[in-house]
Formats: sequence, C-alpha cells, structure tokens
Amino acid sequence: MLAYITRRSLLLIFVLFGVSVLIFGILMTFSPERRAATYVTSPQQAKDIPRIVQQFGLDDPFYIQYVKWMKEVFKGNLGWSLVASRPVAEAFWNYFPVTLEMNLFAAPIVIIFGIWLGTLSGIHRDTWIDHSTRILAIVGWSLPTFLFALVLLMIFYGYFQIFSPGVLSDHLTMFILDHPDSFRPYTGLYTVDGILNGRLDITLNALSHLVLPVLTYVIVVVALNMRVMRSGMIEELSKEYVITAIAKGADKKTIHIKHARRNALLPVITVAGQSVAYSMEGSVAVEVVYNRHGIGWWLAESAVQLDIPVLMCICLFMAVIFVITNLTLDILYAYIDPRIRLN
Amino acid sequence: MAHQHPRLRELRFTLHRIFRNPSAAIGFILILFFLAVAVLAPYIAPPKYAHNPYLMPHKGFSPTPKPPSQTQIFGTTSGQYDIFYGVVWGTRTAFKIGLFVVSIAALVGIALGAVSGYYGGIVDEVLMRITDIMWAIPTLVLAMTIAVAFGRGLDKIMIALALVGWRWYVRVIRSEILTLREQDFVQAAKIMGVSDLKIILRHILPNAIYPAVIMASMDMGSMVITASFMSFVGLGAPKGYADWGQMVALARNYIVGPPDDPLKFWYTIVIPGGCIVLFVLGWNLIGDALRDAFDPKLRRR
Repeated sequence: MLAYITRRSLLLIFVLFGVSVLIFGILMTFSPERRAATYVTSPQQAKDIPRIVQQFGLDDPFYIQYVKWMKEVFKGNLGWSLVASRPVAEAFWNYFPVTLEMNLFAAPIVIIFGIWLGTLSGIHRDTWIDHSTRILAIVGWSLPTFLFALVLLMIFYGYFQIFSPGVLSDHLTMFILDHPDSFRPYTGLYTVDGILNGRLDITLNALSHLVLPVLTYVIVVVALNMRVMRSGMIEELSKEYVITAIAKGADKKTIHIKHARRNALLPVITVAGQSVAYSMEGSVAVEVVYNRHGIGWWLAESAVQLDIPVLMCICLFMAVIFVITNLTLDILYAYIDPRIRLN
Repeated sequence: MAHQHPRLRELRFTLHRIFRNPSAAIGFILILFFLAVAVLAPYIAPPKYAHNPYLMPHKGFSPTPKPPSQTQIFGTTSGQYDIFYGVVWGTRTAFKIGLFVVSIAALVGIALGAVSGYYGGIVDEVLMRITDIMWAIPTLVLAMTIAVAFGRGLDKIMIALALVGWRWYVRVIRSEILTLREQDFVQAAKIMGVSDLKIILRHILPNAIYPAVIMASMDMGSMVITASFMSFVGLGAPKGYADWGQMVALARNYIVGPPDDPLKFWYTIVIPGGCIVLFVLGWNLIGDALRDAFDPKLRRR
C-alpha cells in the first residue's frame, strides 16, 4: 500500500511539472514585445518596451525564463494581476472563497441526487420512471451552462424579481465595506461569516444569491452521476449474487439497497471525484453569468484582457486540485476494493 | 438470409436496436433538420454581403432589440442584427466547429491510442505520460488558455478545442486495444505474417471503434457548447459574425426588459439559445442511443 502511494505521489509531481512546462510553453508563444506591452499603460510609454524586454530578460531562451519563473513561484510570487490590480497570490485568496462556497453547496446535492436518481432509474429499468429521468438527464446535459443561467436569470430576476445576481445585495456589501470592524471575514464565505458575526441577515442574503447558481450547476451536472449509477445498478442487478439473494427470500428493498447499490457505488466514487476535480470548470460559466467574482469569473476576465500570470496561476491551481483529488480517489479505491490494492 | 456475412448481420441488428429507440429517431430528425438548414442556408437567407456571407446584415446601430416583424421574422438583436439570418448561418458555423474539432481530435486520438495500445513499451509510456499531463487541466480552461495564446477568432477556438479534445480518444481506444491485443484472432493474424498496420486497421480498430464513435457523437454537442461559451465570453468571432454563442452574448444586456414588461426581449435569447440546445440535444440523443446499441452488457437483453 505504501509503495502504491509513493508511486502515485511521484507521478503527481511529474504531472505538475509537465503542466507547468506546458502552460509556460503555451503562453511563451507571445512575442517578448507583446508580453512587455502588458505592463505599458499609455502610448507614451510604448518606447519603453525594448527596455522592459531587456530588464526582465523576456527574450532569453525558454529554459532560462522557465527556471526564473519557477524560482519566483516557489518564493510565493505568482506575478501581478491586471484584472484584480494586485498580486496574483493575494487576489487568488480573495476570489477563491466565492467559488468554494458555491461548490460546497452544489457538490453534495449533485452527488446525492445523482445516486438517488440513478438507483431509481436502474431499479425501474424500462418503465416510465426510467424513461422520464433519462430524458430529463439528457436534456440537462445538453443545456449550455451559461445559457441556462441566463434563462433562469431572465425568469427569476426579471419576471419574478426574487433572486438577483452577485454575491450579496448592494446595501450589505456597502455595509461591510463601511464597517470593517463589525464584520470580520473569518473564512471569506459570506454564509459562514454571517453566522460567526451574528448577522443572520447576511447569511440569508448570501444564501438567496446562491440559489440560482447552485440550481444551474446541479441540473447541468447531475446527469453524469445519474448515468453511471444507473448502468452500475443494471449491471449489478443481473449478477448471480442477486439471484442467490432472491432465492434466499431476501426482500426487494434489501437486495437493492444492501447488495446491489453498494457495489454499484464504486464507479460513482470515481465520477463524483472527477466532478469535484472539474467543478472549477463548471463554475466558470455560472460565475460569469451571475456576476460572482470567483476564480471562474477571474479566469474568463483574464482571458479576455490577456492577463497572462493569472492564466498560469489558475491552470496550475486546477491541475493541483485535479491531481490531488485523483490521488485521494485512488487511495480510497484501493482501500475499498482489495483487488486493486493487491495488484 | 442464413449465410449473411456476420459483420453485416451485426450491423443490421445494431441499426434495428438504434431505431427501436424513439429518442434516437428524434435525435436523427433534429440533426437532419439542422443539416438541411446548413446546406440550404444561401437559399433560406440570401446573403447580403457576397464576399462574406457569415456577416449578419444589420440596419442601423441601435442597441435596443426590435420584436419580430414582417421583414425580420425573428426580430433583431442588439445592434440591429437580423436574428433569423444569424440563426440560419449560425447552423453552418456550428457544423463547422463540431465537424472540424471532432474529426481532428478523433483522428489524432484514435491514431495515438492505437499505436500506444498495440505496441506498448516505451512508446506507450511516453504517450501516456503526455496524456496524463494534458488530462490534468479541464477542457475549458486549457482551451481558453490556448485560444488566448493564438489570438482571438473562431478558427483559433476551433484549433484550441481540437488540441485539447484528442486526449479522451487516446485513453478509450488504448484501453479497448489492450484487451483485444492478446486475443486469439490477433495472434493468428500475426503468425500468418499480416503487417502491423493491417492488423490494426482491419482486425483491431473495427472492434475497438464503438466507444470512440459514441464519444464523437457526444463531443459534437459538448464542443459546440464550449465554443459558444468562449464566443460568449468574447474570445470568438468578430462582432456581427453569425455564431449562436455570440448572438447570446449580444442579447446579454437585454435579458431583463423594462419594469412593466420584463420579458420583452425574450426572442433575442430564446431563439439562438434554443438552437444551441436543440443542436446539442440531437447529438446527445444519438450518442445515447448508440451507447445502448453498442454496449455489450446491455445489447442482447
């Protein structure tokens, strides 16, 4: 087991190194002048570009620049973000809680709902329950997140005027900005901070702003979990131990819940883990449309404004999340399923 | 019919399975409809600018959308672009994106996966580690980064998505081939002195290709979604290009109308948006039906 974990960890370091080279390589395709131009704010400064290229060694060979960059990254210096107009590392911790908050609410719903729907669909295979859940899932899967978010906004913000975009209502944001002493951002998650500061109205307000983003995310993503759970259930229910259980006289519920579902859950763990790893991707569209200033919004904005250090930082961050989730999953998997561990 | 070629018999059975499924029929009808619109676009909506038919015609520059009327049957979106024209020519754009991205990604992925799975050893090791690295960054994020590096434009988005898309096919084809490689019929062909290329093309790929076909069908939809989102953000085609994602972006500030009529501008978003959804839904329904038809676990039941 220990050897297994060591091997996986080595692979992890290798993948991260590869990702950093890949991303650095992609963004090095900009000419040195182009990269220097990002730091020029007025036409008069344009004559400084050759000097900037010289000063920062922007026309050095690839590996020299890469090593230079890596040294800075290890010192914790990820560069300067134009979009956030502050250092990338500092801005990151401002944006991250917003994304985290949404995913903390959405992930459990996606996983539990997906397992439940998939089990239901698998047990009642080829009945109307199965057909309708499958159709719902495939329609949900076909909805582009950004479009669905816009339509929800049109209905619930425009027509019913219940939920509004953003993270908090304006008057509360102003209040927090004006009274930095009475509202301390302990975690950066407004729902939690509201409780910690004894301001339930802020918690409720933040929750009401979370309803639409979470709804959008869940409906679009739940289909995948459901699909895997369904085929898992169908496969398990056709196995011989189920026949044995029926012959023993076990009732249907026991067979479904205790025998089949437990085995069908194995592949779902992988998919659920994958969806955690990819959850950041799903939040890009949601954050852009609902104007929630999180990592996803930052990424989209940086892509449009050519904020290169931010793109590098976010790609690396996503790779770290992905690799760590996968490592955890593999270990979890090996723990649950002895066949993998002993191989 | 007793002596039908087995491959033909299987194909007939597969087609029967696919079309027994009503959702597959709906999917095919949707895609055929879009295909007809794309092919007949010059007749349905005659282009105004002969040099670039993908440019949406617009009368004036007023940002406020106009409702459907006699001349503009779907109304105009922000900037007075004709929605009907944009939707019709946008169908071509969608097919262009989907076909380009999926065919390149699938070809590259299948070729690399086949080589990697069939030969194994050092080739396999190197290719798989490269795939591992590509795998660690989500599609949208990597595609956006590549598109940024290449500069804006629809063609850049297509190239970026193709550069990202192949990794799925490599893994799927490779794992299929790993199980096939050891089978008796492959060994037999090897002993008979059939060349490696011929073994891969004639004996292995026909048996390993189905998961890739299913994936390609689903990918047609998801790649169009990703591309339209990138257009929506503003990395895509120049303003006025007939592209569904961009039409949604143009409508973005008009999702909420004046207070007395909040859904006044519904057509600006529902019409191009509906096209994206139906297009993607069509491919997904087909992919779903293919999966049911090809899945050996579900096939004969």
